[in-house]
Amino acid sequence: MNTTAFAPEIIAQHQLTPGEYQKVVEILGRDPSYTELGIFSVMWSEHCSYKSSRIHLKKLPTRGKLVVCGPGENAGIIDIGGGYVIAFKIESHNHPSFIEPFQGAATGVGGILRDIFTMGARPIAVMDALRFGRLDDPDTGARNRRILSGVVSGIAHYGNCFGVPTVGGETVFESCYDGNPLVNVFALGVCRAEDVFYAKAAGVGNPVIYVGARTGRDGIHGASMASAEFTEESKQKRPNVQMGDPFMEKLLLEACIEAMKTGAIVGIQDMGAAGLTCSTCEMGSRGEVGIEIELDRVPQRETGMTPYEIMLSESQERMLLVADKGREDEVFRVFKKWGLEAAEIGVVTNDGKLRVRHHGEIVAEIPNRELADEAPLYDRPHTAPPRAPALPVARRKPVNVQEALPRLMAAPDICSKRWIWEQYDFQVRTNTLTVPEQTDAAIVRVKETGASIAMSLDGNQRYSYLSPREGARLIVAECCRNLSVVGAKPVAATNNLNFGNPERPEIMAQLVESIEGMAEACRFFETPITGGNVSLYNETLGEGIYPTPVMGMVGLMQTAAPVTVPFKAVGRSVVLLGGPGNCDETRFGGTQYAKEIDRQLWGLPPLLDMAREKRVQEAVREIVQEGLAESVHDLSDGGLAVALAECCLGPQGIGVMVDIHSHLRPDLLCFHEGPSRIVLSTMNAARVAEIAAKHQVDAPVIGSTIKKGLEIRQRGLTLGSWEMEPLRTAHGEALEAYVR
Amino acid sequence: MKFGVIVFPGSNCDHDAFFAISNNLGQKAEFIWHDSASLGDVDAVLLPGGFSYGDYLRCGAIAKFSPVMQAVKKFAADGGLVLGVCNGFQILVESGLLPGALIRNRDLKFICRDLRLTVGTTNSPFTNAATPGQELRLPIAHGEGCYVADERTLDELEAEDRVAFRYIDNANGSMRAIAGVLNRERNVMGLMPHPERRTEPLMGSTDGLLIFHSMLRAAVTA
Repeated sequence: MNTTAFAPEIIAQHQLTPGEYQKVVEILGRDPSYTELGIFSVMWSEHCSYKSSRIHLKKLPTRGKLVVCGPGENAGIIDIGGGYVIAFKIESHNHPSFIEPFQGAATGVGGILRDIFTMGARPIAVMDALRFGRLDDPDTGARNRRILSGVVSGIAHYGNCFGVPTVGGETVFESCYDGNPLVNVFALGVCRAEDVFYAKAAGVGNPVIYVGARTGRDGIHGASMASAEFTEESKQKRPNVQMGDPFMEKLLLEACIEAMKTGAIVGIQDMGAAGLTCSTCEMGSRGEVGIEIELDRVPQRETGMTPYEIMLSESQERMLLVADKGREDEVFRVFKKWGLEAAEIGVVTNDGKLRVRHHGEIVAEIPNRELADEAPLYDRPHTAPPRAPALPVARRKPVNVQEALPRLMAAPDICSKRWIWEQYDFQVRTNTLTVPEQTDAAIVRVKETGASIAMSLDGNQRYSYLSPREGARLIVAECCRNLSVVGAKPVAATNNLNFGNPERPEIMAQLVESIEGMAEACRFFETPITGGNVSLYNETLGEGIYPTPVMGMVGLMQTAAPVTVPFKAVGRSVVLLGGPGNCDETRFGGTQYAKEIDRQLWGLPPLLDMAREKRVQEAVREIVQEGLAESVHDLSDGGLAVALAECCLGPQGIGVMVDIHSHLRPDLLCFHEGPSRIVLSTMNAARVAEIAAKHQVDAPVIGSTIKKGLEIRQRGLTLGSWEMEPLRTAHGEALEAYVR
Repeated sequence: MKFGVIVFPGSNCDHDAFFAISNNLGQKAEFIWHDSASLGDVDAVLLPGGFSYGDYLRCGAIAKFSPVMQAVKKFAADGGLVLGVCNGFQILVESGLLPGALIRNRDLKFICRDLRLTVGTTNSPFTNAATPGQELRLPIAHGEGCYVADERTLDELEAEDRVAFRYIDNANGSMRAIAGVLNRERNVMGLMPHPERRTEPLMGSTDGLLIFHSMLRAAVTA
């Protein structure tokens, strides 16, 4: 093996600090080879090792009654009863999607799908949390629109062809994402409890088998790229972005699931970030064994690839598995049936080392455990997160409610995202019970059990910027509320933590406070986090994003036709569960109104009382499960007025007249975003009131549904009255107008 | 009645069709692998939606060379019922079992949406349970579903009463709003919308059952 003491600039190019390099030398007891340097560089990248976040991630609750498998595997696993489990996780593909939006987003979908089916679960749903820069900005708007179109097409291309429904998500626009869009993809799969597979090598002498696409030079150092800030040169990193082939992935899915059924597979892991390197050393480390591979046997797309390139390639649609010795043929037969290449590239050993040969010669020999689990761990200094002024800097111009609502309905964050979700096949597999925007959570049934899974994906970077701790709690509450509104019980979550450069103490403070806030709320709502992803260094030219924790939450319910958002019939009582709430000027600064009308950000996020939130959720679950709600919608972006308007956008165009008994200033009353509030229509207001009272929740009847139109009064005085058609047009066509 | 559901590499509505037939229609269904040279003892064949062979080259262009398609052609020539949905329609067109072509949607984007359709003719084994001009609501989910053909072919289709379904909402820009067509012998139909996705109330409606019920009725009377 050619080992050498590398020059500082080579080490720096590999994004290893001198201290980390020293640790490499200590682990090996010698200087590394070039291949080994590459291997350490990717395994110890922020992306793979979580070196800045790990000590804080430990604060998150990860256990619960239904948790079968928590963090550390490819996906978390939850028991859904009836002998079935679900596997789910969220993952970011932010940096690649900025460099090459279509392929970046497509391979983001591909990567998370493999994480799911590598555990034996067939993917049945995908959701995406997308964040882009401003579409109408004179300088960056054109690029932001291009990124939006590319990302959406990429997700559509991959998910539609693979045959997994993209059932929901969120799309948000903010100037902090002008140079750093976020693409977070959530996927969920289902399988029988006894069919779960783990990414663990075992059985000395067992063959190590490579299946799927050939290895090429694409995506080398993708993981390291994702662990650095962007500069002007980053745009030249297009070759670091992988190319996706959803057809290949579909074959891989079917073949893997069929091969798993043979019983001849011991362990299996996909090759995602850091490719062959990560899959070999992690499988070895988890099984406390060694793995030896010969790179000549790795199917290659190009000639003359070096060991360094083969080990670091992030070519897509590849899996690594360990089979029972003597039963390889059963595995090979399945892959052959699906027209996939499978090659035995090595063997499980008993020495705990990752040994890599090329033309028979050893090019890397590293103890697995140290490589995979002894990555550097940093307790990075953190001070206080940046604070916004408590009150608006510029005087707010009074805008009346009548005028403000149409503007908000057409605002990029609030307007219909139909242009996006119609490009996704959200119905394939005929399990999806919901249509996007028609319910607060997406629902997918499990045909085999009679249970359904409700899912919600949420983040709010403005809240999180104003207070990372409170923002994180609000996200958890919102996710739980979305699930409760459709009658589901929240049971577990996955998180995607998107932040700037953790080496800056104020950014690190945002990360720490977000995790702590999330941990507190997840404990309170009993929704353990079973896995997730951390994406740091989301900065371009030193400009960091707002802290953007995103949460994907799953809940369980009996399969039934869902209660949707729009009002269904005239003359129904409209109840504001949780009451109109309260808000002052400071707590108004993170709202959509502040963003769109005042063009400012100040103060603090809406105030959350978690105990009250929980009671409201319990009440709404009971109301919905009893079949009392004809329509149901939670209040979030844009507050009460926007929520009511959204309820009026149904196909029948049923409207509402409400009169609210509150002393709040009209703009605060109509547009504050205080949590723990739900609007529903019912034929049985008395029973709704009973249930609300039982849970000690306010539930004023604020009005009733009418033939058409929306009117909001406060203590008898009309604040605004709207015909729905202009609002429907404003809400329905705004995004398309922005994109063009 | 026994339906054979063809499975190409890349088919992804095969399980949906299987479920609709076996669970919601209460009939037998069986998967038939793409390299199979025989269809066995099935009474009807369904080519499901998806992206057969990745839809490389052109949608359905590679699938037409598969061994199973030779068997399907023979089955059709012998009068067997063949229904192609979405990608299945594209394959039937590429195989020459149906006229015309399916090109990219008018706005060049994939569209997943419920559309209103009318039954173009009740004189077929796929629509005999319908009333003339009956309106249905079925979802489309495709990027390449814009039906095109030369004028003469279109005139001929209409003259011979072979337009099985027409869009009321023509979202993909199909010529003469054609959503589904029949072959001259009327035993092969291609349809871009997905009937299998509307076969039980939980899916939103049972409008799609009309087509399967028609096929059942045709099989019984045959």
